[in-house]
Parts: sequence; C-alpha cells; structure tokens
Amino acid sequence: MTPEGKTITERTGDLIIEESFLEVRAKLLEVAATLDRIDRASNETQLSESANEQRALLQQAIEIVRSSSSERATELQHLFSREYKSDWRQTFGL
Amino acid sequence: MDYIDPHIHMVSRTTDDYATLARMGCVAMSEPAFWAGYDRGSVDGFRDYFRQLTDTEPKRAAQYGIQHFTWLCINAKEAENVALSREVIAMIPEFLDCPNVLGIGEIGLNKNTPNEATIFLEHVDLAMKFEQLILIHTPHLEDKYQGTRMILDMLCGDSRVTPDRVLVDHVEEHTIREVLDRGFWAGMTLYPVTKCTPERAVDMIEQTGGERLLANSAGDWGPSKPTAVPDLIFEMRRRGLPESLIRKVVYDNPIEFFSKSKQFTFQRRA
Ligand SMILES: [Zn+2]
Repeated sequence: MTPEGKTITERTGDLIIEESFLEVRAKLLEVAATLDRIDRASNETQLSESANEQRALLQQAIEIVRSSSSERATELQHLFSREYKSDWRQTFGL
Repeated sequence: MDYIDPHIHMVSRTTDDYATLARMGCVAMSEPAFWAGYDRGSVDGFRDYFRQLTDTEPKRAAQYGIQHFTWLCINAKEAENVALSREVIAMIPEFLDCPNVLGIGEIGLNKNTPNEATIFLEHVDLAMKFEQLILIHTPHLEDKYQGTRMILDMLCGDSRVTPDRVLVDHVEEHTIREVLDRGFWAGMTLYPVTKCTPERAVDMIEQTGGERLLANSAGDWGPSKPTAVPDLIFEMRRRGLPESLIRKVVYDNPIEFFSKSKQFTFQRRA
C-alpha cells in the first residue's frame, strides 16, 4: 500500500500462493520437526527454566501465525522484543 | 541499474568484493565506523582506523569506479569504556574535513545501557556542534524495539536535531513506521540469515511507498552478503514494481539524503 492507501503491485493472492507454497510448506515442516526433536529430547531430560520460557514464546508465536491478523510479522516482532518504558531516562538518571 | 550501498563495511571485505560490486552496478557506497570484532585499545587505534576510512578505502574503491564516503564514531559496543569513548569523540574533529566524510555514525545503542546512552548523547552533541549528518545503528533482535524508541527519544529531545538530517538504520516491521512518521530517513539492512530478507524488505517498501527509505547490505566481517542490494533490486523486479520505485530506493533516496552534506561530491555516470 502507498501512504494514500493504494496497492503498488497488482499481484494476486493466487499468484503469491503459487510462488510461495512449497517454500512455506518447507518452513512449516522445519518448525514441526524442530518441536518434535525438542519434545523427544525433553522426555529424557527436563527443560531448564530459560529454555522453557523460550519454548513457550515459540508456542505464542505459533498462535500469532495461526491468527487472522493482518499484521502478523509486526506482532511476532513485538512478541520477541524487550519492553520499552517511556520513563527510561529517569531510571538511567539521564 | 546504477545503485548506491549506503551502509557497507569495506575494510572487512576483499578486493574481489569491490570488483563484484562494480560489475553489479554499485557506483557509490558509504561506510560507517563500527566495531572491529574486538575492542580497540587506544585512541591511536581509532586514529589509524579513521585514516583507513578516509584515505585507504576511497583509493581502493576508486580503482573500480566506485565513490567511497564514510562516517566516524566509536561504536556502541565500545561505549562501556566511557573514558576511551570521550577521547575518541574529542579526536574525531581532526578528520571531519576529509573530503569523503559525510557525518557522525553509526552511533546508537547495542544493549541499551546507561553508558551507551551517555556516549550516544555526546556523539549527537558533536554532530550538532560541527553541523554533521547522523547515521544511526539500532540494536538487533530483542533489543531493537526498546533501543530504537530510546534513540528516537534522545534525538527528538534535542531541539537542535533536524530529523531530515538523520538516517536510522536496521529498521524492521515493528520500528519502521515510528522512524518515518517522526520525519527521519530509514534504512533497511538485508541479512542473509538471521534478520531482514529481501522479500520482507520489499514488503516494507510496498507498505510504506518508499519515501525516505533506503536499503543496504551492511556487509562486514560476519555472515553478510555484500551483494544484497542487487538481490533486493531483483526481488522488486520479480514482483513487477516500477523501475522508478526501484531507482528511488537504491539510488535517488541515498543521493537526496547524502546531498544534505556539502562533502557529498557524487558524480553521476555520464
Ligand atoms: Zn554497520
């Protein structure tokens, strides 16, 4: 979209799916296989607290991908970001 | 298509890279000062580095018909050594009149610490005193959003700073809007593996329209691809975007921003 709200490209959803289906399928398989690998390994040994937190973050990320939001990439970025506090200068004494 | 890479660390690249970039259409580049992969031990270490940036690299680039410009600073990673940072900031004016220096950069935050913010503010003060453009490094991964907001707070908190004279690099989906909405220039950095891909960068161009937007490779000594800007050009063409928009992002916009420095003496190809 341009700032005036017009789409720059005329590419259709059909075309984008045709171009990217196999690539996205492969990326999803990587995610699934990695989670399986983690589960198999953590049957033997428990995940540490920090690894557990990261595992939970990945689960939340999957929920964002599953959602019907139109800003999934931005929402994922925020999920993986440290919080910004507007009073940071006072905290730093700057 | 002629293009400009506005952020690339050629001191870490081989002469073969210059040769390849020239053949791919690179006609000019700007090289911000950055971290060497180890902390430099003294102000003289930086003096030698600045000689390399202002004397050696322009000559290397010229052999391939590429015009080389540069930016000077001490990197945020080294700002924890506040005493050394202040020595370097005091020494930088020795080099500001070198013909290829465009301004102060890449300054910014890394882990968003008080020392980094202190040294950032002192760099901004230096830039304002010497009427220099500024090139900003925003942090990576989980530190990016917080660090970018903090940097924008500091820039907007200094009434001497004109956003139009500042380029904020390494923007991604969650930071690009705020940077552009506040009147700054924004640079997208194309990394092959961990960060922004050409595909996502083109999504951002489509969504913002490309006004005040640049793209760079940030090629350095780590995993990076010096020919990433041609990859972006290819992806834009593949999507059928107009040549005028491609040229705007990779050529016209860098020229418009850099031209705010009187030392940007770029010669277009005849
Ligand atoms: Zn850099």
